[in-house]
Amino acid sequence: MEEHSEQHASSTDQAPGVGEDEPSGSFATYTAGLAFALLLTGASFMVSQTDLLWAPGVPAGLVVLAIAQMGVHLVFFLHIGTGPDKTNEVLALAFGLLIVTLVVGGSLWIMANLNANMMPAAAIMEMQR
Amino acid sequence: MLGKLSWAAIPFDEPIQMAASLMIIVGVLAVLSLITWKGWWTYLWREWLTSVDHKRIGIMYVLLALVMLLRGFTDAIMMRSQQAIAAGGAQGYLPPEHYDQIFSAHGTIMIFFMAMPFIVGLMNFVVPLQLGVRDVAFPVLNAISFWLTASGALLVNMSLVVGEFARTGWLAYPPLSELPFSPGVGVDYYLWALQISGIGTLLAGINMVTTILKLRAPGMTYMRMPVFGWTALASSMLIVAAFPILTATFGMLLLDRYAGMHFFTNDGGGNLMMYINLIWAWGHPEVYILILPAFGIFSEVIATFSGKALFGYRSMVLATLAICVLSFMVWLHHFFTMGAGADVNAVFGIMSMIIAVPTGVKLFNWLFTLYRGRIRFEVPVLWAIGFMVTFVIGGLTGVLMAVPPVDFVLHNSLFLVAHFHNVIIGGVVFGVMAGYNYWFPKAFGFTLDKRLGAVSFWCWLIGFYLAFMPLYALGLLGMTRRMQHYADMSWQPYLIVAAVGAVVILGGIAATIAQLVVSIRTRESRRDPTGDPWSGRTLEWSTTSPPPAYNFAVLPRVESLDAFWGMKQRGPVVPAERYESIKMPMNSANGFVTAFFAVVTGFALIWHIWWMAILGLACAGLTLLAFGWIERGDHEVSDEQLANAERARLRRMDPA
Amino acid sequence: MSAQADTGAWPNATMIARGGGGPEPVEIVVAYGFWIFLLSDIIMFSALFATYAVLSGETAGGPSGRDLFDLRNAAIETLCLLFSSYACGLGVLAVRRRRMDGFYLSFALAFALGATFVALEVAEFAGMIARGAGPSRSAFLSAYFSLVGLHGAHVTAGLLWLAFTVAQIAVKGPRDFVLRRLHCFSLFWHALDIIWVALLTLVYLMGAR
Repeated sequence: MEEHSEQHASSTDQAPGVGEDEPSGSFATYTAGLAFALLLTGASFMVSQTDLLWAPGVPAGLVVLAIAQMGVHLVFFLHIGTGPDKTNEVLALAFGLLIVTLVVGGSLWIMANLNANMMPAAAIMEMQR
Repeated sequence: MLGKLSWAAIPFDEPIQMAASLMIIVGVLAVLSLITWKGWWTYLWREWLTSVDHKRIGIMYVLLALVMLLRGFTDAIMMRSQQAIAAGGAQGYLPPEHYDQIFSAHGTIMIFFMAMPFIVGLMNFVVPLQLGVRDVAFPVLNAISFWLTASGALLVNMSLVVGEFARTGWLAYPPLSELPFSPGVGVDYYLWALQISGIGTLLAGINMVTTILKLRAPGMTYMRMPVFGWTALASSMLIVAAFPILTATFGMLLLDRYAGMHFFTNDGGGNLMMYINLIWAWGHPEVYILILPAFGIFSEVIATFSGKALFGYRSMVLATLAICVLSFMVWLHHFFTMGAGADVNAVFGIMSMIIAVPTGVKLFNWLFTLYRGRIRFEVPVLWAIGFMVTFVIGGLTGVLMAVPPVDFVLHNSLFLVAHFHNVIIGGVVFGVMAGYNYWFPKAFGFTLDKRLGAVSFWCWLIGFYLAFMPLYALGLLGMTRRMQHYADMSWQPYLIVAAVGAVVILGGIAATIAQLVVSIRTRESRRDPTGDPWSGRTLEWSTTSPPPAYNFAVLPRVESLDAFWGMKQRGPVVPAERYESIKMPMNSANGFVTAFFAVVTGFALIWHIWWMAILGLACAGLTLLAFGWIERGDHEVSDEQLANAERARLRRMDPA
Repeated sequence: MSAQADTGAWPNATMIARGGGGPEPVEIVVAYGFWIFLLSDIIMFSALFATYAVLSGETAGGPSGRDLFDLRNAAIETLCLLFSSYACGLGVLAVRRRRMDGFYLSFALAFALGATFVALEVAEFAGMIARGAGPSRSAFLSAYFSLVGLHGAHVTAGLLWLAFTVAQIAVKGPRDFVLRRLHCFSLFWHALDIIWVALLTLVYLMGAR
């Protein structure tokens, strides 16, 4: 519908990858995404293998780098943005992320709690022998 | 050559199973013979089996649900009669190995093949009409979804004739459901039937979310959408979020059983609690998937038959969305007693109490809608009022068990069984019965018989209380669930009352069948020429009964909430000045053929007939590719056809 | 936007912003439906991720990640998928501009890189099974093989889908309904790379420490 195109704000305040008549981004967008992703991947490998960092902080660092890589993919390759035509997609993504957090986080919390409170299955089997 | 399949799979030595199998086979053959004798195959194939029309698909879903209600209820009557007589030393007539299959089949069928199809069917039929559009977002996918669900139902029914069903309850906890303790095909029937129908349900959820968010009539902003649309959206969002967890969990159990893996086994480091954790992470959202559309139905029914707009539309929407999100934050309350510490139990207990609040908001909104309304006691309203009383009791017992120390006493007792039947029957069953009676005239052009509808309602209501209130008492007296026999004779009177209740409910089901038969026979006296038999408020009532395939000749222009009511206030219906021809999707055999191969593949996997499984899967894949290759044609409904149809419609609505 | 509301056009801009613009065009509907499907797929993977996290320590006396994971292989697989995603993106750009040579080249590259990924993964699995570290050895290995294997199965299915779609374009030309599906494929392909990022980090990089 023609009315929709009037909604697009000027191109200076849109997320990268959101264009007016380029729904699939541009060569520059994809190449920038590739470059960022390569950088972040390389950083991940280095962080996981180096001894220079404080060991307990490494998992957190890896998670942050992973989130950054996923963000690069979402923005540069999947063209998630802040335009009004993307609102439904962003909301769906947010809902999905909420569910993933609840399910994964909740499961980890619950299972850790169970493991702390309960006898391990192997020991139960031993008891029954 | 045929895997584990042999003649021993047919239960020749078990009279009850043989009798049931023969009844099913005779019934199926009778129906197929009738269709052949009457020459209905061409009509059925063209108009129903290959239909991609959401209205037809919705009706088929509801039909599937009603048929499976009979199967699931037979299981219920068997359980009630067994428990009524198996007191003290008596063993009843059902040996434990059979009884275990019956309660497992009862739960599986009622949840997956009765409640879910009924709800999905009503959503399918109503939502596009209420949104003022012509069909769902993906009509062919819709057909595939239905036929995959039917495939799962078929597999479950096949287990009665060939082989056995699971003995593990409706959720198949490991390690009982693992190979060492369930080496037979029963658990495999359960798992494959649910995996196949689970894919259908997930696709239906995706379809409905996309339809509601992207396809609405012009002018229908989010806050002008009927409440049933909002509840359908929330329920479909939950389907999309929860069913993948079910698929993954069942997949892992299948890998344990078929590939010797160790996700949930006793040995090799498996952790059975991970199954229970994941299955309830699906299982709790599942019950909200069922109840939210039922709440939506009640909102529509109460508003229509009070002659008033629904009270508190905004709070209804917010409450629905709140329930949607909160439903993913309570799942541990299904296993308070299974080893978590007090901190985890406390958090989930509190969340389980919080989730009752938005439902309370809804209840007060319904009461305020009824207050000072001009209430017409049609059959749907009876179900609605029965629901309001019954569901509150069930909800109260739920909040009671949300307190972990209380749950430690009541977990897995008959108190729990009474609670969930209270909310599922009082909520979901009453809801779909209200919806069935409410929207039947829209689907078929004539109303259902009122008197038999009332008989059915009162039988269900009285029968429900007789059948389940004793179970609350028994739970408090210490009786656990799923007992094939019991030693304590003092429990027997309660169970006899419960069996009587089950028979009264049977009367209710019989009344519903009678209502359908009588209504069809006397349909001319209850024809609905206007398309609006109830003085409705929402857009589905602006079409003929039944609506044309394309629903609306011109998409309605929505100017307010309760769009049709607003249109009626503004004046009589005027024919449009001009019509534009419409493109409607052609029928497709994709769903039916894919489902056929799904059944073949499932059956082959269950019986370990590997060549057949590979062949079935390959054929299903090829079907997908073949239908994907051809460009689906649309057929055109010309502007003249539309103009003629509209003129006929207006003439019928206003013969003067 | 408020200027729009005064022109008397119906539905006006405010109404459109609130969702009253009427049914959306088919390309948006299809893309959105597929997006919702992708989110459901990600949730399915997250159930397996959670299981992997819970069971990753249950080696039942057998080998653990540190013994088994080859980070060099994982790095090559990562680059294969990343460049395959990039090639896919370029291919979509090419077909939109009807530069068919660029289209076929890009997607041939995307296919080749994806196939390399699958081959490397199959080789890795075969090697582990040959060393007695198959999925039935322990809960950890069951979780590993299923999680990584499910991703690999998605990539394989994606390759079949890609071949089918390119064949369809070659035979029927870049028709609208096929291009919609190609767009869905590209969403699928990028999403698989996102899941791989999670796999790489949580399974390989953390597991090898």
